[in-house]
Formats: sequence, structure tokens, C-alpha cells
Amino acid sequence: MKKLFALMLAILMVVSLAACAAPQEATPDQADTSSDFKMGVILIGDENEGYTYAHMQGIQEAAKALGLADDQIIWKYTIPEDETCYDTAADLADQGCNLVVSNSYGHQSHMQLAATEYPDVTFIAMTGDTAKASGLPNFCNAFTAVYESRFVSGVVAGMKIKELVENDKLEDDNFDADGNVKVGYVGAYPYAEVKSGYTAFFLGIKSVYEKVSMSVQFTNSWFDLTKEGETANQLISQGCVIIGQHADSTGAPSAVQAALEAGDTCYSIGYNIDMLEVAPKGALTSATNVWSVYYTEAIGAAMKGETVPTNWAKGYADDAVAITPLGESVAEGTQEKVDETIAAIKNGEIQVFDIDTFTVGGKKVESAFATDTDGDFVPDADEAVFDGYFHESYFQSAPCFALDIDGITLLN
Amino acid sequence: MANVATHKEPLVRIAKRDSIPFWKSTIVRLISIVLALIVCGGIIYLLVKVNPLEVYKSMVEGAFGSFSKDYKFFNRRTWITIRDTMMLLCIAVGLAPAFKMRFWNIGAEGQILVGGIATAACMIYLKDLPPVVLFICMVVTSLLAGAIWSFLPALFKAKWNTNETLFTLMMNYVAIQLTSFFVALWENPYGSNTVGVINPTGHEGWFPSVFGQDYLLNVIVVMIVTVGMFIYLKYSKQGYEIAVVGDSENTARYAGINVKKVIIRTMLISGAICGLSGFVAVSGASHTISISTAGGKGFTAIIVAWLAKFNTFTMILISMLLVFLDKGAIEIASKYDLNDYVASMITGIILFFILGSEFFINYRMIFRHKNKEVQ
Repeated sequence: MKKLFALMLAILMVVSLAACAAPQEATPDQADTSSDFKMGVILIGDENEGYTYAHMQGIQEAAKALGLADDQIIWKYTIPEDETCYDTAADLADQGCNLVVSNSYGHQSHMQLAATEYPDVTFIAMTGDTAKASGLPNFCNAFTAVYESRFVSGVVAGMKIKELVENDKLEDDNFDADGNVKVGYVGAYPYAEVKSGYTAFFLGIKSVYEKVSMSVQFTNSWFDLTKEGETANQLISQGCVIIGQHADSTGAPSAVQAALEAGDTCYSIGYNIDMLEVAPKGALTSATNVWSVYYTEAIGAAMKGETVPTNWAKGYADDAVAITPLGESVAEGTQEKVDETIAAIKNGEIQVFDIDTFTVGGKKVESAFATDTDGDFVPDADEAVFDGYFHESYFQSAPCFALDIDGITLLN
Repeated sequence: MANVATHKEPLVRIAKRDSIPFWKSTIVRLISIVLALIVCGGIIYLLVKVNPLEVYKSMVEGAFGSFSKDYKFFNRRTWITIRDTMMLLCIAVGLAPAFKMRFWNIGAEGQILVGGIATAACMIYLKDLPPVVLFICMVVTSLLAGAIWSFLPALFKAKWNTNETLFTLMMNYVAIQLTSFFVALWENPYGSNTVGVINPTGHEGWFPSVFGQDYLLNVIVVMIVTVGMFIYLKYSKQGYEIAVVGDSENTARYAGINVKKVIIRTMLISGAICGLSGFVAVSGASHTISISTAGGKGFTAIIVAWLAKFNTFTMILISMLLVFLDKGAIEIASKYDLNDYVASMITGIILFFILGSEFFINYRMIFRHKNKEVQ
């Protein structure tokens, strides 16, 4: 199937090459800057890996919208996070690319090195966070305001918990000693990106059903099918009713589906991709990014020779984040509640990290920094708490909320 | 005539060659490469329907840069090809004495990694030292690290005759875990699970550019090691001892060679050079450390060392061929939008043909005679 796909793609490319070569030759004196435009894409994986696939789709949609031909994009697949990334970036610049994009966090420092050497080429390190500090005008970071869709996916989970409690479907072990409903979360690494994600998710649940507590277990891997499944099983056996995740595989939802069929009460909220295929009854929804929104904006700017924003982070207001279609197991009225929440996020009525909705050590948070300037991984600059909420992705595009709020327990 | 059928001579008989003139073996090797290219061309044609000649041109371009009007041979791609060739060569040179002694050092991978860790540690913790001192520290620690990593299996082999293949292989896994540990310790930026570029602004501990070329020092360092090893193996007494132990331990013992001492000494040298290649990889090329610093090169180098029959100068050609194939295959995959499994497939096919050609060099085919002999 993959070979067939590759073959078709290749034939398509050859045909399209031939197709667009002809008119260009016919009108050689037509000075159209966008036809000279070339971009390179450095990907950590290929189309077989969900995270990279989402980026590829985003770029392809952007290319279609902007009228970019296939031969104007050079794809580089499975580039590891080492000097290969720098070599590839420099090589793409040598080949005449005006824009080079990398999609993994670990590519960042190698991209930055290339950016210092090729000042005329724009380099974008997706999900990175050092562009602003580097001071390089041609080096950019971008990330979606994914915490917004995390919050909305939390609302979906909260609706389910509320329904389960009201219909008396829960057992004693689903509640902790204080009578809170137990929620579990399969996290990747104990980093700000993950912390920001699960906190937003937790606050989303709490906006619907107040009495919940959450346990987070880290797998120390972005993608580990077996480990994520095992972690989910562990959390389910502890009585967790909802299993959220910040990890890229389908391990957790598959485990939830199996447990549900075995008679446990548990449901899954996924990430990145629709989980209904592996967990038709267990999956409620997934929080996702809509990368095409960013790529259309950034590539469009680069094509016109305009500056690409150094830090880009947009959310529901620009449809850059979303949740996947709701599963059949969601509580009644979820869609309405979701629409209502999204509308409130769009018009600013709901702020995800509203300081009135959470406490740290029993106290309201009055001050928290967003940026780390001295490299010790503890934020020390840019006060993010003002106007009554923590400004996530405001000073830099990558998530920076790293407070451990009350009600969330880290298991490892 | 009736019993001719039962005593029929087979169509082809295979006989070991006593020796083969150099020109003949060269022709066999060249033919194998040409055949490999034809098969690869055929496969690529079937996949993407592109003229195979175009494909070969892309391969050359992948390794030596795109041909355009203002083409310069020493462009970035050529230099990267040279850099990677030197890396592979350095490991193969390190493996040569061990393999010549018939000590199956499968542990180059681990020896490179510990050498790389030592180098990276110097770059991170000693960056304030003057450059010359820093470089001496990096060279010494990487040599030592590699030597320690090979000393353990050598000691066990010499003392208790343990299986060196398994032992060195296991040492690789220890080194990989150790690398993961240090990557987590030094990760930068936090959360990336990679070390990132070490000293990106001050370039402390980076190979300085020589005559304006970033990678020329890699060539110089590796060439010194290569020539040194050639002389050591061919003209020194120790080199001769290695050859004798490799041919027959009993003969060596009879000749009064201390076999245990030779094994340990040779492995110390082998591991130290592999450790040094870790230094060249980290300080001279990647400026970072990760599991992919070795990235299977320790195994590929075994092929290089064997194909070259431990002649360090032949190794230059073979390393260059392998790196060329690798770069070419990557370019094909990218240019014709195939994924990189196709690149590995092509490299595999070509290696298969090259290794296969050894058969025709060592053996000859005798075809059934057409003219019947008198019975």
C-alpha cells in the first residue's frame, strides 16, 4: 500500500513537474516572485507517524491554498535531532530555499546554527522557544495555543463525569478520600509543555464538575505504545474514570477500550489524532492542532518577502486548534456545552488559566514568570500574571505554564 | 555413450583460487559495482519511471553537490562526504589491528560513544581552558575512554578466554545507556531530550577551520592515524606479532610471543582509536552527543575493514564508496520523493554485490568443457 502510494506520488510529481515546466518556459520573462520561491521541510518522522503526518497535512493544505507547486517544496524525512538537521538545513539553503521549517523541538539548536550562517533564509523551528532570545531576525518559533483545545477537551470529560455521578454509575474506588472523582493522565515528560497541557485539561474538567482530583504518570517518551497502555491500565486499576494523555500513540485509548469492555468505567481523551478508530466506545474526543492555519500565514508571508513572526501562537480565535468529532459515549448536551465554551474562549469570557480557578499550595497565584533568560530552566523574566489570568503563550509561542496546582498529584 | 549421462560433468565447478593478480580482482570489483548500479537503476525505474542515468547523476550530485554553471568541487556536500568518509575510515582503522588478530571487536559502536561522551564532557565543563589545553584534554580523555571500553573484554578474553564477540557487543549496550544518561544530564534546552549544539556561540572545543575549511582538520587527524596504523601493522615488530597471533595462537606461543599481552595491548590500541573517532565525531563534526553519534558506523566499519583486508589505504577507497552510496541514496529518495527505506535498499543491494564479488575473487568457476575428451 505504501509502495503504491509512493509510486503514485512519484508519478504525480513527474506529471506535475512536466505540467508546470511547460508554461514557465513559455513565458520566461514573466517576473513572478512566488514562482522562484522554494521551501524546505525537515521532519522528525514520515507520514507513518501521527505528529509528523499532521504537520505534512498542514503544509500541503497551505501549499494548496497559496498555489505552491510540488517542486517548490523539498521534503526531508526522518531527520534525527543531531548534526544531520544542521547539514540538511544548510544544504536546503544551498539549494536555494527561501524558507526552511523543522517540526521537532530537538531540531531547534541546529536550526539556529544554520540561521546564523544564512541570514537571507528564514528558519522556523516549530514548537521551539529560543528564537526571541537568539535575537536573529530570520529565526522563528511557532506553536498553537493548544491549551485552549485541551481546556475544551476537559469540558467534554467534565460533562461525562457529571453524568456518571448524577446517574450514580460510579463505585467507591472511583472517589478519593475527600470525595473527589479520580482522573488519570498519561504524560510524556515533566516539562512545561506537558504541565501546561494537563493543567488546562484539569481546569476544563473543573469548569464543569468541581470535585475532581487528577493523578499524572509520566512515561518519559513521546511515543511508546506499550508503555502508554500499561500506564493507562495502572491508572484505571486505581479507579480513574477519565484517562487524558499527552503522548502520541494510541496505547492509552486502546487500554481504555479494553477495560471498558471488561466492565470498568473509564473513558479516554486523546491527543493529536481521532481515537475513535481504536476506542469506538472508550474515546470521547481528542485535542488537536490545526497546523495549516500557521503554515498558510508563515509561508504566505515568506513568499511575499514579508517577515515571518518570531513567536506565533494562535488558538480558537483563528481556528488554529480544535477537538476531534465527539464519540458516541459523550454525555447528553456535550456538543452545546462545547460550542458555548469555544465561543466564550473566542470572545475572551473564559481565560484558561484564570487565577480565580486554581491555587498553588492553597494560595491564589499573584505572580509567575514566563521566560527563562539565564538557562537554568526556571522562568525568571516576563511577569505572566496580570488582568486576572496567567498569560500562556503570550511572551513566547511554546507553552510555559509550569506551576504545580492543587488537586493534581504527580505519581513519578 | 550410455554411461556418459551418469558420469556427466556438472555444468559449473567451483574451485578455490590460489592467487589472483591485482588487475583481475580490480576488474571483478568494478564489474560488481556496475552490475549493482544496473540493478538499482532497474528498481528505481520500476518505481518512479525515471531515466536511470538521471538517477545516477542525482547520486553523484547528492555526494558532490549539484552541477550548475558555477560548480565548485569543494562545496558543502563534498565536504560532508569527506567528513563522513574520514569518520568511517577512522573507526575502520581502529578495528583493523583487532580483526587482524582475529579478535572480533564488535564493540566499536560503544567505544565511539564513550570517546564522544568524554569529548562532550570536556567541551561542557572545561570550556574556559585555553584551546590547546582543552584539545589535549579531549584527545587524552577520548583515547582513554575508548581504551577502557576495549580493555575489559580483552582482559576477560586473555585471562579466562571469554567470548569477545558477545562481550564487546554487550559493552555497546552499556555505552548506549550511558549516553542516554548523559544526554538527559546535559539536555539543552530543557525538555528536548537532546544535548543540542554545544558551545554554539564561543565554539569552544570545536575543530578550528584550517585554510578556511571547517572539516580539513578531520582529514589531517584521520590521515595521521591511517598512515600510522599502516606502518604499525606492516613494519613494526608488534604488527608482526598481531599477524602471527591472528593466524595461529599456537604458532605464536611456540615462537615465544606472549599471546595474552598481545591481545590486551592490541585491544587497547583498537579501542583507543575508536574512542578517538568519537572525539572526531563530536568535536569535529556534530558538536553534540546523542546515541546517533555512533549510529551504526561501528558496524559499517567492520565491513570496511574486512573488504580492505586490513590495508588501511584500501579502506580509504571503501569508506568513500560507502559514504558516496549513502549520500547518493538519500538524494535519490528526496529528489524522487521515495522514503529513505528505498535509500537503505539501494545501499543494501550495492553492498550485496560488492560482498558477492569477493566470492569470484576467492573462487573460480570452471565450466564444462565443450570438446569431449577421449574416454
